[in-house]
Amino acid sequence: MSETLTIAPLGSALAAGASSTRDMLLNMGPSHPAMHGVIRIVLALEGEKVEDAEIEIGYLHRGFEKDSEVVGWGQVFPYTDRLNYVSPLMNNVCYAMGVEKLLGLETTERCQYIRVIISEVSRITDHLTCIAACSMELGAMTGFIYLMKAREYLYELVEELTGARLTVSYLKVGGVKADLPDGWLERLDGALTKGLAEIDEVHKLLTRNRIFIDRVKDVGVISKEDAWSLGFTGPVLRSIGVPRDLRKDEPYLVYDRVDFDVPVGSVGDNYDRYLVRMEEMRQSVRIIRQCIKQIPQGAVRVDLSGRPLTGAEMVDSAKMGMTTDLLLRTVRPDPTMDGSDKLHTRQLNATDKQVVLPPKEDTYGNIEGLMNHFMLIMEGEGLKPPPGEIYIANEAANGELGFYMVSDGSGRAYRVHCRPPCYYLMQGLDKMIRGDMIADVIATFGTINMIAGELDR
Amino acid sequence: MNETPSEHPVTLRLQAEFGDAIVETHAHRGDHTAVVQPEKYLEVVRFLRNDPECSFDFLVDLTAVDRLRLKLRPRFEVVLHFYSSRSNSRYRLKVRPADDAAPEVDSIVDVYPAANWPEREVWDMFGVRFGGHPNLRRILLYEEFQGHPLRKDYPVNKRQPLVEERPVPQDRPSTFFYT
Repeated sequence: MSETLTIAPLGSALAAGASSTRDMLLNMGPSHPAMHGVIRIVLALEGEKVEDAEIEIGYLHRGFEKDSEVVGWGQVFPYTDRLNYVSPLMNNVCYAMGVEKLLGLETTERCQYIRVIISEVSRITDHLTCIAACSMELGAMTGFIYLMKAREYLYELVEELTGARLTVSYLKVGGVKADLPDGWLERLDGALTKGLAEIDEVHKLLTRNRIFIDRVKDVGVISKEDAWSLGFTGPVLRSIGVPRDLRKDEPYLVYDRVDFDVPVGSVGDNYDRYLVRMEEMRQSVRIIRQCIKQIPQGAVRVDLSGRPLTGAEMVDSAKMGMTTDLLLRTVRPDPTMDGSDKLHTRQLNATDKQVVLPPKEDTYGNIEGLMNHFMLIMEGEGLKPPPGEIYIANEAANGELGFYMVSDGSGRAYRVHCRPPCYYLMQGLDKMIRGDMIADVIATFGTINMIAGELDR
Repeated sequence: MNETPSEHPVTLRLQAEFGDAIVETHAHRGDHTAVVQPEKYLEVVRFLRNDPECSFDFLVDLTAVDRLRLKLRPRFEVVLHFYSSRSNSRYRLKVRPADDAAPEVDSIVDVYPAANWPEREVWDMFGVRFGGHPNLRRILLYEEFQGHPLRKDYPVNKRQPLVEERPVPQDRPSTFFYT
């Protein structure tokens, strides 16, 4: 640390007419476009060199953990959408897996494949956003536009699947909200092809671009030991050459059934982080394509002749024809509930009635379904994991996303704590920018991929 | 809350090494936990990191739980999650500061630098102090915030008073840069 840092009040130094150099304090953010409006970095500068930095967070704190304690276990999903808002599906997956672990619940195979597919789609959108935003902040507007175009292909599919682009809330404890729409996997495959073409385009634009390399190469370096001791995970840790990836080290869902590589960097500078993310997107595409091949159809309820049964018919046969007149009044669930019918519910969701909502045609079509639905939705009823505590971790796009959950056996969470990956990355940011130029702060901050939603919760 | 004691090798090792200082252990859904006395906390954390059979070199997470509604004492519980890259395993350690009115435990920033911000967050949200922390200030909330919102006796809909406009500091606060 240089001598100038110990200078006491700036004012008194001025008054004394100090002729020695003194460092200047500069506020970067929160109202700075590259700080996304949510981070304040106070830089101590000597000339243009960053001598020291103080990072202030919390501008987007919304009390996620407190809110989770006052709603039912299943009602937290909309809040998790808003954690990492460029890959909301992944937060959904991790939270759902946490509650399932608390309950000791197994999900169906098809559901697990769907979860892997949407996780990897989210990883691609997350990396696309990170590289796009970072390159734009470095002046490469073209790269931004190509990558946003690629992201748009995927967001359209997410929209088709969940009904929303960002606030997806697609998962449910024990399964997913609805089955994949007809032909969705084929369209996903096509979108990936188109997306990869855009990524190739950006690859040509940036990877060997002199201006881009000058801005990112050997900038924002952090040592392996520092990164590990500061709790770094994800692409940032892998860019230093640590091949830690929860999908490989502690496989969850069906990641042990797919073949993929974990790209690692060597130096741990911004350029390595860029390259790792570019390659990870390719690997994600590989994973998705294997899943598309492997995904099972799941058990479908059929009658003896092989014809799928409607909900009303099944109820009627169970009641030995007592509801025949009810059959005349067909229940037509709202089209937005398409996919959540009996056929799909069975193959997607766990069978535990204490956890999973009944198919909509049961909810609206017979008293048992309605009661089941009510029991899960009414306050004080619903999901009641047995008392206990668990920690669940997923490899999210930024690194290890974890949830620590405590249940006291009531219908609400006693405590939900989220371990956001970029919290620990931001903790090390001051180490990464120290000694670099002030313009390098933008590049380093960009490749960290700070997402304030999960950082501040 | 769970009565099943942990049989994890690390638990056994801790019990052999620290005896009565490990006040409680349990296992639930494959997660193993040991609860340590506050006096021995720092020592156990060092042991978990340095002992070749444990070698938990990575601090995954540090948080806290307010056990007021569970009617358990001591009231606060600091929860740590460790990961060992050598054995590819995870472990949970807990410590319960004895004083409910002014809870305080040792800071482990010296052992795990990753604990810096999480400890600040626990101070911010629960009001648990960490003795020896280099910069124990609020992190997600602002200094004028009254109370600690994740405590169970903090109402979810409580409003905070408006904050007076702060004077622009002409001098660099001495606590600003702590490294």
